[in-house]
Amino acid sequence: MDYISNTPREKEKMLDVIGAQEINELFAAIPEKVRLKRELNIDGSLSELELKRQARKLTDRNNSLNNMTSFLGAGAYDHYVPSIIDHLISRSEYYTAYTPYQAELSQGTLQAIYEFQSMICELTGMGVANASLLDGGSAVGEAVLMAQRITRKNRIIFSRAIHPAYREVARTYGSFQGLEFVEAELRGGTTDLDQFENLLDDQTAAVVIQYPNFYGSLEQMERIQSLLEEQKKILMIVIANPMTLGLLTPPSEWGADIVIGEGQVLGNQLNYGGPYLGYMATRDDRGFIRQMPGRIAGATTDADGNRGYVLTLQTREQHIRREKATSNICSNEALNALIATIYMSAMGKEGLKEVAEHSLQKAHYLADKIDQISGYQVVNKENFFHEFWVKTPVEPGKLIDELREKGIIPGLDLSRFDEEEGLLICTTEKRTREEMDNLVSALEVVSNG
Amino acid sequence: MVEPLIKDYSSTGRKGYSLPELDVPTTETESLLGQEFIRKEGPGLPEVSEVDVVRHYTELSSMNYGVDSGIYPLGSCTMKYNPKINEDISRLEELVNLHPYQEDNQVQGSLEIMYSLQEDLKEISGMDSFTLQPASGAHGEFAGLLIIRNYFLDRGEERTKVIVPDSAHGTNPASGTMAGLEVVEVESNEKGMVDPDKLREVVDDQVAALMLTNPNTLGIFEEEILEIAEIIHDAGGLLYYDGANMNAIMGYTRPGDMNFDVLHFNLHKTFSTPHGGGGPGSGPVGVKGFLAPYLPRPLLRKEGIRYYWDFDLPKSCGKLHAFYGNYGVMLKAYAYIKALGGKGLKETTKNAVLNANYLKARLSKEFELPYKKSSLHEFVLSGSKQKKKGASTLNIAKRLLDYGLYAPTIYFPLVVKEALMIEPTETENIFTLDNFVEKMLIISREIEKDPDLVKNAPHNTAVKLLDEARAAREPDLRW
Amino acid sequence: MAVPKEFLYSDDHEWIYVSEGEATIGITDHAQSELGDVVFVELPEVGKEYDQFEDFAVIESVKAVSDIYLPVGGKIIEINEELIDQPELINEDPYDKGWLVKVEIADEAELDNLMDSEEYEEYLEEGE
Repeated sequence: MDYISNTPREKEKMLDVIGAQEINELFAAIPEKVRLKRELNIDGSLSELELKRQARKLTDRNNSLNNMTSFLGAGAYDHYVPSIIDHLISRSEYYTAYTPYQAELSQGTLQAIYEFQSMICELTGMGVANASLLDGGSAVGEAVLMAQRITRKNRIIFSRAIHPAYREVARTYGSFQGLEFVEAELRGGTTDLDQFENLLDDQTAAVVIQYPNFYGSLEQMERIQSLLEEQKKILMIVIANPMTLGLLTPPSEWGADIVIGEGQVLGNQLNYGGPYLGYMATRDDRGFIRQMPGRIAGATTDADGNRGYVLTLQTREQHIRREKATSNICSNEALNALIATIYMSAMGKEGLKEVAEHSLQKAHYLADKIDQISGYQVVNKENFFHEFWVKTPVEPGKLIDELREKGIIPGLDLSRFDEEEGLLICTTEKRTREEMDNLVSALEVVSNG
Repeated sequence: MVEPLIKDYSSTGRKGYSLPELDVPTTETESLLGQEFIRKEGPGLPEVSEVDVVRHYTELSSMNYGVDSGIYPLGSCTMKYNPKINEDISRLEELVNLHPYQEDNQVQGSLEIMYSLQEDLKEISGMDSFTLQPASGAHGEFAGLLIIRNYFLDRGEERTKVIVPDSAHGTNPASGTMAGLEVVEVESNEKGMVDPDKLREVVDDQVAALMLTNPNTLGIFEEEILEIAEIIHDAGGLLYYDGANMNAIMGYTRPGDMNFDVLHFNLHKTFSTPHGGGGPGSGPVGVKGFLAPYLPRPLLRKEGIRYYWDFDLPKSCGKLHAFYGNYGVMLKAYAYIKALGGKGLKETTKNAVLNANYLKARLSKEFELPYKKSSLHEFVLSGSKQKKKGASTLNIAKRLLDYGLYAPTIYFPLVVKEALMIEPTETENIFTLDNFVEKMLIISREIEKDPDLVKNAPHNTAVKLLDEARAAREPDLRW
Repeated sequence: MAVPKEFLYSDDHEWIYVSEGEATIGITDHAQSELGDVVFVELPEVGKEYDQFEDFAVIESVKAVSDIYLPVGGKIIEINEELIDQPELINEDPYDKGWLVKVEIADEAELDNLMDSEEYEEYLEEGE
């Protein structure tokens, strides 16, 4: 199946108009020396039916979360996705559209972006937001580069309580920008703020805090805020999980200058890690907005004075400013941002709060139970949201092996990142009491065995 | 017609969701988190019913235009038809209800798909190794340049420049800057191509890479490609291929055989994954063998019949995405490639080039064609003649919207004044192409008779001409 | 296109009006019309010194960004603050209310490198 609809006769007619005998003449400019003198060796030409059969064969080699109870989180969360989302984003006027360059024929996409930006501002408490970035990790990379441009300083202070993959992505983004990354150590499940304080100096562009952090804990935001009040020129970058902001004090109130994060939690499927969406919000300050990467939609009026939407402040972007642009980002995650927009609309103020509360309450129920099993210890008992760190009596890898048979993924083996040991366990509103009790029983068995 | 904002439908206490009752004993939230962490006021999200949400976003969709609505002749964007079967496959629960930190042995089917996609991309491009991690074309460019920089660093060479032709996509120079390289622009010659002699003038031992799109953004194949490659390679630099225009050469020639060292694909262009109103895309990067150690972490490998992620890459350029890239997009590209096979991909190229040349033959009778050299899958006209009569390229684009068609890419590439860059793709048939030509000719006649009609376009869209200056001068970016 | 007689002009379409060692500088009517609707202007700090033809300001329209070059070397003594909130003055009145900066000229001899209004008009015609 090749989706070409011109018939041989029509092709003849077109060649006549062009003034060519055969299609291959049109390729005359490709020199003989670089030509491929054989067919591409790719099997295929499958009909729809065959394609579906082949896909089904492959699905048999997966063991999806349809069959497993998962307590995995760590940047990708198993929240419930309401039915309306897939129905609405399946409207092909949205998903088969390009970037809304011709605004008058793209008002749907543009207004949805404007609503997305507005709701991200409502959640984070910030003044402005962009139309999305590639994912949570790249958003951290873009944020530290933005801070460097604003402050003209090169030192970025990280906490070891930030997702290790985010730190790695940010370091990659900064690899040839003269940035220096310094990491404050962990104390329990949070950042060692005494050490953190000593790292702040007049070469520092920004500090980066995750909220809640990688281990699920809330940092001592009041203390961080007061430390930064003494060092006014240092920017505060907060990586915030937008689901938790249904309940948590918005980062703006802790003095954040740039808020970023992973928007997958807002109605996006797990999708084995992507496509997700990064979001970015910042102060409503011209100096900040002009340094913000990515597309921005804005409201304006049309020739009749009616309200309409366009992409705006585009001189920051690569297609205009080329090598002097704020970033090279062009394609973003528009459809995923649309999903987030629909999710935030449907869940609304109360729904998002409820998701956050359920996730929180369930995590604490589970953590209490696990902490009581002999040999298990919850490291960050105080102040965690819906993820927590557990030291286990047997290697987490072994636990994961044992529980697989029972259809349970108990959490993330932290040794994956070569920094800490233990399991990172996450609950969302989807986990039931029964599922959690099953996990506890299974862990007890392994502990006793 | 103005559709209100979703918040305008809001009424305190209205609900558009349902969740199960909380089935665990609860503790006061304040005591779990501490008073200071509880937000004083709930976020200002709408309180609306499910039907409000459905109607609002359905209404907005009716104010949009996609490939399913009609021809989308954006040059360089390759807006081809997006087959529905690919959407179905990308929604198979067993393929998508997967957590990125599930063990490799639990997701062998998905890893096999990704591996097979890598293998096919290798064959199409003539490269030796691939990463699927970059989430867009620009992300791929950035990855490619980081690979190149790390390679030179490893060899103890400090090369700091990247050469980019003046006809290049804006992402090329912007990616160069992100990789910490100084961007050197090289002028195209009167044929619209890179001139080897001019190139020699700017090449020195500081050059890390030349970034090239071939065919270039004028749709013209750089015939001197082997000489260009030799100039760069002799100076110790590397060649980067911007894969935006792969739809013009698949099955005819391969970047690897043109002596390129690194390339990125745009799965959302060449392999027909929908663009989603601006994303998600996917920008896999391929390299020649000597650059493989510098690819981003992790790499997907196969041992016997087992697929696994290899994180042990001491020379890797790092990581550009928290997980493995835009997997959902890869599923669609995989399905597309399997539906077409090698033969189908070549047919695709053939017909994309046929369609573009047909449009060019018909439209260049009315519109100026500044670069006459033969072109492949796209071409660039100039609206200069029409501008003298009172309507600019922007006006022509807006008038096309009135006729229910999307407009070509305008004012790009920068080397053409009043540029109209047109790429019909292979999935359009002669009826839709003729209709596009007819409307372009009508507009040209309208400009002769009544330029104001075109100048004030669009007249029939959901909104009329939007004031972009006002949007930028008085930014209104949120409710 | 208006080209006032009493000004001097640069190849890059800046104008300069000199009076008692002090110069007022802006962009020409032709330049503003090529740029389109100006939406943002980035002006230098007062007190900064520049060489002749060095870039000292940035003007942005909806879809273009242009560096602006100082037609004569010297020290910036005043900037047009009105442009921060009303960048459109450059479009509406490029030779008066849309001025960019005032400069204390370092070396008046540099003015010989510029065109008078007649030369500039010819220059514009050649460019057509």
